[in-house]
Amino acid sequence: MNNIIVMPMMLPVLLGIILLFLRPYVKTQRTISLLVFLANIGISIYVLQLIQQNGVMRLDFGGWQPPFGILFVADSFSMLLVLSSSVVAAACLIYSFSSVKPSFEKNFFYSFVLFLIAGVNGSFLTGDIFNLFVCFEIMLLSSYVLIAFGGRKRQLRESIKYVIINVVSSWIFLVAIAYLYGTVGTLNMAHLSERIAEVGQTPMITVISVVFLTVFALKAGLFLYFWLPGSYSVPITPIAALFGALLTKVGIYAMFRVFTLLFYQEQQITHMLIGILAALTLIGGSIGAVAYKDIRLVASYNVIIAVGFILVGLAVATPSAIEGSIYYLIHDIIIKALLFLLVGTMIAVTGQTRMDEISGLIKNHPLLGWLFFLTTLSLSGIPPLSGFIGKVLIGEGAVAAGAYVLLALAFISSIFVLYSLMRIFLTSFWGETIISKDEEVPAKKGWVVSTCILALGTIALGLGAEPMSVYIQDAAETLLNPQIYIDAVLGGN
Amino acid sequence: MKINNVILRTVAKLVFFIILTLAVYLFFAGHNSPGGGFSGGLVLASALVLLFIVFDIETIQKGLPIDFKLVAALGAFLSVGTGFGALVFGENFLTQAFDYFNVPFFGEIELTTVTIFEGGVALVVVGVVVTILLSISEDE
Repeated sequence: MNNIIVMPMMLPVLLGIILLFLRPYVKTQRTISLLVFLANIGISIYVLQLIQQNGVMRLDFGGWQPPFGILFVADSFSMLLVLSSSVVAAACLIYSFSSVKPSFEKNFFYSFVLFLIAGVNGSFLTGDIFNLFVCFEIMLLSSYVLIAFGGRKRQLRESIKYVIINVVSSWIFLVAIAYLYGTVGTLNMAHLSERIAEVGQTPMITVISVVFLTVFALKAGLFLYFWLPGSYSVPITPIAALFGALLTKVGIYAMFRVFTLLFYQEQQITHMLIGILAALTLIGGSIGAVAYKDIRLVASYNVIIAVGFILVGLAVATPSAIEGSIYYLIHDIIIKALLFLLVGTMIAVTGQTRMDEISGLIKNHPLLGWLFFLTTLSLSGIPPLSGFIGKVLIGEGAVAAGAYVLLALAFISSIFVLYSLMRIFLTSFWGETIISKDEEVPAKKGWVVSTCILALGTIALGLGAEPMSVYIQDAAETLLNPQIYIDAVLGGN
Repeated sequence: MKINNVILRTVAKLVFFIILTLAVYLFFAGHNSPGGGFSGGLVLASALVLLFIVFDIETIQKGLPIDFKLVAALGAFLSVGTGFGALVFGENFLTQAFDYFNVPFFGEIELTTVTIFEGGVALVVVGVVVTILLSISEDE
């Protein structure tokens, strides 16, 4: 009886529904949604401890035994991601208290944020591939609503693109699931893994795995990222931060799960393909990050570089590279939220979106400036901040596997990250202060609190690498040995 | 622009109840055969839509002063609530229960928590369908 592992998804759903009835009471809505995320943080830490003691946990919905019913499976990998998504969600929520218009708050804003997080957490936890599709849809449907909050012209144009891309890719996802079910005859991921191992990964199954790769590449922005910079630069700041931090990560998570648990036998085809796509993503993302002057676009291209970087780890697939990827995934969830919040704050304070129209911000906003500098350092991987260990481990893994091209591209892309953000720092924060203090919109307390929480998060993640490594090694071990996962799901009660 | 549609109105009043009966039948048939909350809810919503088309929206809203968004929310709450109800009894999430009861006049009948779940689904469908149609009809 592990009912607790369903809570990270169902608590937000239940409270999100209750908030629909509390439409006029904005204060109550804020309190309840913040409490939900705090509860989720507590639950995920507790479950992580339980997994350390008892191994991978599962919950059969309605008591239906696997592989017949649907189920949630909690291993260290999923719980670490649930934990970081809850932290980020709480920080973005605090930010939105002081930046979202009351008219949005009365139009179910918090309910949809809760549903979005429910979908994200559900995708991390589910042990059934069709259920994964459903959780993706919960997440996407709420994101369709959230991306259009504001209703400006550019926003509506980008959200139509976003909706169409995602509807099409969800359709391909459904087709891929149908192919897989037609070939192997089951949908439970552990059972799928067992059956694919039994018959061997036939060419047919490899083709299906490439269809899955296409879907997740579209969702994660792996090479098929053409929709991403536009869509992620239009929503209101806290939503952009949630999108940048979480939505692509769900695609990356799905890729890790599917290509380590199900399709791991033909690595010279599938993982090679992932490697090529990751390399192209790194190149394209780096060019994009230095090509634009709109700071929101620069931030969005940084998301793409990170996607490429994390998937280098999956393409190489040595133990230390996988560990590094998990580490970097957690780091990137936190730091991308921070980056988007800071960029949004810069725009809110000055009213400009291009970096050359902003100058000398650091005089009136020293804290904002130094937080941005800290983010730059952390993203480019300067120790002791959190980006460092992930980069070292992925690099180590790439050297061990002899993937020198990927290694070189991954580290050159870090230089591009550093350059693109230092450019913003130098042009926008230094230089002559062109906007006087009374013309500026003063920074609000909620903005400072939420960005400081995330900044502390990145420092803590960097300094606390040693205690964290227990969980991360466990997560990597489960990913590399599918048998652990299969035994936990199919092996008795 | 008012068309004299006495026949349509008279028929609609009758048909409304026939559709409602069908909706209730489908809803309960769904327990062991095709049907259920989703299709029952859709049929129920179509009955309401018929009323909205035949009479105008203002008249119906005066007669049925319900916020259909809240109907959908109530339905979702009922459905999710049955999932959580299982936790109270220490069972797995979403576990459903059923039992047989002797009721005067009807004799022995089966009562299940799935029916509450399905009722929730039906309410969600009705709420969502009517909300969508009303918001489409709002902007001319």
